Amino acid sequence: MGETQEAPVRKQPLIERAELTKVQELVYELRVEQVMTRDVITCTPDQTMSDLKEVLRLNRISGVPIVDQGQMVGMISVESLIKALEQGEADHLIGEKMTRRYQSVRADDTLAGAVALFARFKYGRFPVVDADGNLVGILTQGDIVRGLLRQLETLWHSEEIRRYRASHIFEDIESEQTTLILRYHVKAQDFVHGGEASSKVKRALERLGAHPQFLRRVSVATYEAETNIMIHSHGGEIIVEAQPNAIKVVAVDTGPGIEDVEQALLAGYSTAPDWIRELGFGAGMGLANIRSCTDRMQLTSVMGEGTRLEMVFDLTVGSGE
Amino acid sequence: MNVADVVSSLGLEVLCGADGLDREVTGGYASDLLSCVMAGAAAGQVWVTLQAHPNVVAVADLLGLACVIIAENVRPDEATVARANERGIPILSSAETTFTVVAGLVGQGVSGASPKHAR
Repeated sequence: MGETQEAPVRKQPLIERAELTKVQELVYELRVEQVMTRDVITCTPDQTMSDLKEVLRLNRISGVPIVDQGQMVGMISVESLIKALEQGEADHLIGEKMTRRYQSVRADDTLAGAVALFARFKYGRFPVVDADGNLVGILTQGDIVRGLLRQLETLWHSEEIRRYRASHIFEDIESEQTTLILRYHVKAQDFVHGGEASSKVKRALERLGAHPQFLRRVSVATYEAETNIMIHSHGGEIIVEAQPNAIKVVAVDTGPGIEDVEQALLAGYSTAPDWIRELGFGAGMGLANIRSCTDRMQLTSVMGEGTRLEMVFDLTVGSGE
Repeated sequence: MNVADVVSSLGLEVLCGADGLDREVTGGYASDLLSCVMAGAAAGQVWVTLQAHPNVVAVADLLGLACVIIAENVRPDEATVARANERGIPILSSAETTFTVVAGLVGQGVSGASPKHAR
C-alpha cells in the first residue's frame, strides 16, 4: 500500500457528474462519526500474528487497530500478516509487526476530509479518534458509501412525509369547509422572476397530492396569468384557493385595465410591444391557453382600476385527478 | 434515451443544470413563442429555441421538460443560468440553427409528436 500509482486524471462522464452533485453536498455536511463503525474489533500487542489471522478471517476484515490497556498504539493490516506468514513468523507478536506511526481521522471531521485521506494514503481503513486521541470507531470506504446512501434515503423519505402530511390536510382538519389560501405577489416588468409564482403554486399543489395532468392544467393557466400581470399591468397578485373538490386561481392587478375584454379573449390578439414579442411573449395566445386549461374562467376589467381573472379547475372524482 | 445521450450524440455544450442530465427524453418541441410551448410541449420533451432569458427556465420547469437546447450559440444570461442550476434543468447550447438541431434530434429517434395538448 502507498506505492500505488495515481490514475491519470480522467474527464468525468457527464452522468456521473450529475449524480454526484447531491452527494458532494452531503460529504461536506456529514461528519465521520455519523457514518463510522462504532464497534471496533481490536487486537493487543501481545497477541501473535497467528491470532491476528483468526481475527481477520472470522470477522472478514483486512486490518485492525492495536490497543494496549485502553490506549491505541498502532495499526496492522492483512499485508503485514501475509508478509509474516511468508517468512514463517506466525508466532511473532503483533507488537513487533504493527505500524506505530498510523494515520487517524477525527470523529468530527467532515466526510470530505476523510475522502481526501483515502485518496492520499490508499489505506483500506482509518481509525477514528476523538479530540483526546481515544479510539472511538473505524472508517472504511464502505462506511462512507453506506452513510451517504442512508442520508440520501432519509432526504427522500422526509420529502415523502412532507408530501403525505400536505395531502392529508383536508382530511386531518375538520371544518364545514376547509380552504387553503396561497398568495403570491407579481411585479410589473420583472422578467427575471417571471414564472416564479407559478412554479411555487405547482410545487404546493404537488405536495397536496395533485395528479400530474391536473397540475399541468393549473400550471399552464397560472403561468399565462402571471405573465399577463408581469407584461401588461402595474403589478398584482396570484391567489390560489385550494378546496377539497376544486382549485380556484385568481389573478388580480392594479391597472391599467383592458379596454376591450372581448377582443382580448380572441386567440392571436395582442397589445404587447415589439420588444416583449422578441422575448417570445405577446403571441396573443395567453388567454386562449388559459381557457383551454380551465373548467371555468371569468375576466373582468375596469379601465384605470385593474383586471381580475378568475380560473376554476374542478377536481372531479374518478378522473384520476 | 436521456439528456446525456442527446448531449453526446449531437455534440452539445452543457451550459448549466447538469443535475438533470439523467432525465429521460420522451420527444421534442421547437418554438420561440412561450405561449405556444406552454400549449404544445409535453413533460419529458426536449425544447429547441432561440430564447435565452429566465422565463425559458420557468416554462421548462412548469411543464417538466427534459432540457432546453438553445440554438445558434445564443448565450443565456446569469439569471437564467442560476435558475436552471437551482431547478436542475439542463440548458444545452448548439452552434447550429433550430432546423438543424431538430433534424439531428429526429435522426436520433426523438419524435416530434406532441402526445398531449392541454386538453
